[in-house]
Amino acid sequence: MSGIEFRGVCFGRNGRPRILDDFSLAVGAGEVVALVGASGAGKTTVLKLVNRLLLPGAGDVRVQDKDTREWDPIRLRRSVGYVIQEIGLFPHLTVADNIAVVPRLERWSDDRVAARVRELLALMDLDPDTYANRWPDELSGGQRQRVGVARALAIDPPVLLLDEPFGALDPVTRRQLQSEFRRIQARLRKSVLLVTHDMGEAMMLGDRVGVMDDGRLIWCGPPRAIAECDDPRVRRFVDAATPPMPTGTESP
Amino acid sequence: MSVLRFWIEHRQELATLFAQHVFLVAVSTTIAVLIGVPLGIFASRRPRLAAPFVAIANIAQTVPSLAMFGFLLPVPLIGGVGARAALAVLILYGLLPIVRSTIVGITGIDRSIKEAGVGMGMTPRELLRQIELPLALPSIVAGIRVAAVVGVGSATIAAAIGAGGLGQYIYRGLSMVDSSVILAGAIPAALLALGVDGGLLWLERRLSPRRGRKSRRAAEAVALSLIGLLLAGSAVLSARASSSIVVGSKNFTEQLILGEIVAQTIERETGLKVERRLNLGGTLICDRALLSGDIDVYVEYTGTALTAIFHQQPSNDPRAVTEKVRELYAGTGRTLLAPLGYDNTFAILVRGADARARGLRTIDDAAKVTPEWKAGFGYEFLERPDGYKGLAKTYGLTFRAPPQVMDLTLSYRALASGQVDLIAGDATAGLIKALDLFQLADNRRYFPPYDAVPVAHASTLLRYPQVRRALERLAGRITAADMREMNNAADTRRENPADIARSFLDRRQ
Repeated sequence: MSGIEFRGVCFGRNGRPRILDDFSLAVGAGEVVALVGASGAGKTTVLKLVNRLLLPGAGDVRVQDKDTREWDPIRLRRSVGYVIQEIGLFPHLTVADNIAVVPRLERWSDDRVAARVRELLALMDLDPDTYANRWPDELSGGQRQRVGVARALAIDPPVLLLDEPFGALDPVTRRQLQSEFRRIQARLRKSVLLVTHDMGEAMMLGDRVGVMDDGRLIWCGPPRAIAECDDPRVRRFVDAATPPMPTGTESP
Repeated sequence: MSVLRFWIEHRQELATLFAQHVFLVAVSTTIAVLIGVPLGIFASRRPRLAAPFVAIANIAQTVPSLAMFGFLLPVPLIGGVGARAALAVLILYGLLPIVRSTIVGITGIDRSIKEAGVGMGMTPRELLRQIELPLALPSIVAGIRVAAVVGVGSATIAAAIGAGGLGQYIYRGLSMVDSSVILAGAIPAALLALGVDGGLLWLERRLSPRRGRKSRRAAEAVALSLIGLLLAGSAVLSARASSSIVVGSKNFTEQLILGEIVAQTIERETGLKVERRLNLGGTLICDRALLSGDIDVYVEYTGTALTAIFHQQPSNDPRAVTEKVRELYAGTGRTLLAPLGYDNTFAILVRGADARARGLRTIDDAAKVTPEWKAGFGYEFLERPDGYKGLAKTYGLTFRAPPQVMDLTLSYRALASGQVDLIAGDATAGLIKALDLFQLADNRRYFPPYDAVPVAHASTLLRYPQVRRALERLAGRITAADMREMNNAADTRRENPADIARSFLDRRQ
């Protein structure tokens, strides 16, 4: 069973007819696929096709073996955790209330919501007693990012989409969050589709790395194999990658 | 101090007018919110619609409120005189700030926040209720605040079409040239505006997103129950008595007294309930109100009816004018009753001192000295066919400068204080005596007759023949001297029109 599957997907808009061109990719259950590409390569479009913020022009997108056209969009989106680039925490809600939005939409009992919020905050390494009642603008960038991920995980969706999740952070915080993500993913085993412009991040987080160029997937494989690829469009990303992690094991 | 005394003496009336004012503003603002917020939400979803919406609302806002009342007079259902028409106008004014602030509030929300909500699987309804409305709420409440404060101000003008409210004191004060009466209405209106502004500011702060769910709930509850209380309370206080005769009047002292005389005569002779809708903003409004049945009777002047209402050529024969006007009214479902007995013609007035020093007795005498004088006229006198133009032609009048346009009632003071040297007033004005003014004789008989005559809706007289009998008893009972004395009592001795009318009727019985 696969978490997410793209089969020959094309997507276009007036003025940009080929944002995605014959895009095929499968993300297995419990697998992390990291897509790398320059801005405008179509990475965010790929994510939005998964939770039906967009529908494909041709080809199918399947989530948990069901075409997104057949999914009820609301049910689909609640089954897919989505962390957008700007995080988008609701400024009028506390940290706890932000995380509790979807559980409350799902009519969970108050006790169950409260327990889940504490559990997620602890998982994200945020002390529940300290942070539950803070406002989003009282948090640092890294803390906000953790809350964004906690919110996406609130009702334990099998699929997680991450759009440049660590993009706006300073390098130290970024490293820290990346390794925490690996720790959490090792426990939760979600199907994760992650988008980044940083090959170093993709190689560290992805079980597989996909390289996108101008709406096409031009290379896809395990991180170690990428060193052997001699396509200049791929090499450009590899050469620009952040230096290998001191603690990294998968990086070449 | 005199304002305080006025309030104490009129505390009951003050309470009613205040309640009416609050009622007008509360109801109109509430309805404007109920229409404006959904409209704003709708427009914010369709950016192409938002601009024209705001443009239309902008245009509505720029129409002066008095003009808006004028436009709405002949419109069925919402038009006419009284609270209904006033509410329609106030709602129109309230819509703009509310629609605009709703659009701004919703479209101003960060895209990423909305996208996060949609991506989390919120339905459009959930997104609106949980994200968009709470985040737009401070902006919306700010718009409501503007609407309500503007409403308090605009509602003072509603008195011109008989909707009551604190504007009644302002109009009454203007027509009596009594600044303490003006202040008696203006001060509570200003305080009300400040209170509304402060209260809504408090609410705006309480509703800001930074407050917890609980305190917002509490603020919402306070606001809702307050609005409910206001609506219920003011509705009770300002409710119109049912199945009563409605007496109207124009907005100057003499008309207020005549309105009271007519109203009290009906009350005394027939025992019917009488509602007073006095101080309506001018001939046109009274006429339309009578035509539409919003008022049942008011006192008109034959010359005014002939020229201003029916647009006929002025004539100098009193009897012919009365018959002609009776005929014209009968053709439109209204009945001219018996003349009250005096002719309130225009009076060309100069200072008594000037008249004595220069030996002026007639307008002809004055025409010799006017080239060195300044004149001040009400705008109505400048416009009407029997007004200034014909007068200047008949007597060959010229002035040092074109006549100054000023409020009719203010022009008496302007003459007395030397700002102008000649005005056109009412022959029965109490101020003529009080300010030592002199009326020049119309020796060429230029002015048509202005016999004061009650006009009633014909169907009212058919339904209540006793009203006709009661009013016929007033025929020929009021002389010009009586009227001048009563006007003087109101304008200089500050007596209440109702009391003046009562003592006049007592003396006649």
